[in-house]
Amino acid sequence: MTESHSAPTAVSRLLAETLTGQISRREMMKRAAAMGLSAGLIGTMLQVTGQSLSAQDKPAGWSLKAPKDLSQEFKGQTISVILGADGPVVPWEEAAVKLFSDTTGVTVKRTSGPESTTDRLALYQQFLGAGASDTDAMMIDVIWPGILAQHAFDLTAAMKANGAEYFERIVKNNTVDGVLVGIPWFTDAGLLYFRTDLLEKAGASAAPQTWAEMEKLAQSIMESERSANPDFQGFVFQGAAYEGLTCDALEWQYSNGGGTIVDDDAKVTVNNPAAIAAFDRAKAWVGGIAPKGVTTYKEEDSRGVWQAGNAAFMRNWPYCYALGQAADSKIKDKFDVSAVPMGEGDGATHADCLGGWQMMVSKYSKNTGPAAEFARFLTSPEVQTSFAIEQSRLPTIAALYDDTDVLAANPFFSKLKPVFQGGAVARPSSATKDLYNDVSTAYFTAINQILTGQGATADLIGKLEQDLQKVVSEL
Amino acid sequence: MEVGAEVAPVPVPTLVKRRPWSPPDTAVGRRREKFAWLLILPSLLIVLVVAVYPLVNTFYLSFTNKRLGSTREVRNVGLENYANLFTDPLWISSIVNTLKFTFFSVGFETVLGMIIALTINSNFRGRGLVRTSMLVPWAIPTVVSATMWQWMYHDVFGVVNDILVNRLHLLDQKVAWLATPSLALPAIIAVDVWKTTPFMALLLLAGLQVIPSDVFEASTVDGASKWQQFWQITLPLLRPALVVALIFRTMDAFRVFDVIFVMKNYAPETMSVAVYTRQKLIDLQRLGAGSAAAVVIFLIILAFVVMYTRLVRVEEG
Repeated sequence: MTESHSAPTAVSRLLAETLTGQISRREMMKRAAAMGLSAGLIGTMLQVTGQSLSAQDKPAGWSLKAPKDLSQEFKGQTISVILGADGPVVPWEEAAVKLFSDTTGVTVKRTSGPESTTDRLALYQQFLGAGASDTDAMMIDVIWPGILAQHAFDLTAAMKANGAEYFERIVKNNTVDGVLVGIPWFTDAGLLYFRTDLLEKAGASAAPQTWAEMEKLAQSIMESERSANPDFQGFVFQGAAYEGLTCDALEWQYSNGGGTIVDDDAKVTVNNPAAIAAFDRAKAWVGGIAPKGVTTYKEEDSRGVWQAGNAAFMRNWPYCYALGQAADSKIKDKFDVSAVPMGEGDGATHADCLGGWQMMVSKYSKNTGPAAEFARFLTSPEVQTSFAIEQSRLPTIAALYDDTDVLAANPFFSKLKPVFQGGAVARPSSATKDLYNDVSTAYFTAINQILTGQGATADLIGKLEQDLQKVVSEL
Repeated sequence: MEVGAEVAPVPVPTLVKRRPWSPPDTAVGRRREKFAWLLILPSLLIVLVVAVYPLVNTFYLSFTNKRLGSTREVRNVGLENYANLFTDPLWISSIVNTLKFTFFSVGFETVLGMIIALTINSNFRGRGLVRTSMLVPWAIPTVVSATMWQWMYHDVFGVVNDILVNRLHLLDQKVAWLATPSLALPAIIAVDVWKTTPFMALLLLAGLQVIPSDVFEASTVDGASKWQQFWQITLPLLRPALVVALIFRTMDAFRVFDVIFVMKNYAPETMSVAVYTRQKLIDLQRLGAGSAAAVVIFLIILAFVVMYTRLVRVEEG
């Protein structure tokens, strides 16, 4: 008799424990079997917990919510989308896709894209160049709107339907000849990381605002730290000959009042005294406050030096924040971030290179309706909130930087809003269209040669100007 | 089958000399020739699809301005891509870098490989173990070993600097091996030598092992020194194996991509012709210009092969 009384309570407790994630489903099965429950009942329990787990994946439940006014007119249709590369983001994306399907009745086939952005672009160009209709929507890098505009379905109406204020600079970047190539999904910007403990030791109370202040601090911290740690560096950044250097160098140039590489009308504007002065300053860092090897560093090389506690300052992307705060990090709670420093002359301003990803719909798609609706869903304020909380992705909507849940999960987001509203500088990808990579390649090659001392800065920039003029004449 | 039945009355081979390409004289001979063609047809088809077609297509593309995934109009630009190529200082320096890389890496690998092959060809205890362990660098994928060496060359944490500066005191201060333009290519060549010498040694060892030992015994009786034996006997008899090894390595070295791309990306001071071509084809989506570069690489390698095979033929008399 006691058996029949206690069994239901035990079963419900077991179910509750599984659903809240205190025990695994395998553990639940073992205990259920030990209680002598029937196979049928265990099967039902597995089904119940399985459904709720696969919908949320994380037992505590993600904050995913669908926008209220999603269109119901595409019920029964199927779309194929290419989203993030395999990694921790996949379960979140699958949960989001399922929520969209459940709400609209549209079947979504999700595929992971390649990890390398260059490979991803080559893949997209293959099927878009062939006019293939089998992929309806895909995520695209912030520098691709110009390259992919010729294949894009205009998403202006879809973005408006979300009724949110997206960052103007990103929307401008994504608009080519009046067509919105992609709705901003999440963003990225260059940041200055600094060691709060060492700055305090050096008597500085806040992050340096100008490059000159940063250099002085880096020099003095480096000198005092080197007695104990001969490998200590003042400043690390990305100096290898690749796309990352284009971002770093554009920040130096723009923040010094040196304008951009190519302006909005595709006129070459890189050859000016303020830009040359900025590059000369960077050249002096190499072998000074920065290690000589910095001209071969990419993001992870700089983070390697920084996170081992061997640098006072680092220029890098927001992803390093969460990693630096990990339990096994040597610099946990010893660092903070701020906007990238600026120059001192006329037109000097904070400039953080804009990164991030957009949702694009192919114009060759046979289902542009549901595909655009899906793009609108992923980029909606509701879904971006969850993306920020659960995956630390930076929202593209200003209001979300004031959201208390978002800020609780990512305290450093509060510092980033002004960066995206004002200081973020975009690479000239919309102006140079499908020739952006030619422009960027010529630029980072010249800057890398400056940094490694393979010629006078003014000469190399003069040659760069000629090369760029040849490229833009093809536009 | 029928064919089998006809094989039986094979005529006694005639001594009549035939010109190499004339058709067989007898009906049986003609039928056998047809059958032979039938047998090689599948391989011919495969070669046609995977080698000839891409090659012809690359030649064709090199005369156009085609771009990957572009809706721009494709037109014939004649020799413009080639003209641009040879007026591009980056391409010229890529060729120079590649020639330097090929000459020095193959040179060092041959000399070191020869020394190693001669050593492990002699009898000593633990020879099997040495032969196996020698192959370890060759067995590591290049992308992995290049990344590994990149860390070893690191200017701040690298073990190379640590040994030279802190342990052996050969240098006063740490050197940024890969970041110093004049040192980067030699550093990369050193990695290739480290990796590929075992392969060279193995090819030469195979050549050494077919040289009959009685030749050496006879020369020892005649009073030849070890040095004389090497120059008068070993080297001439090893020549065919050496030439084959050199063909393989030169072709391989001229196409070098992975070790340079992993360590230095698109930095001009180490860019090889293969890295240049990838940049044009993939990053810049210029199928026309990239194909022109690929065609030039193909022609240079072809010239190498023709040169070497001539050498072999001269050897064979």
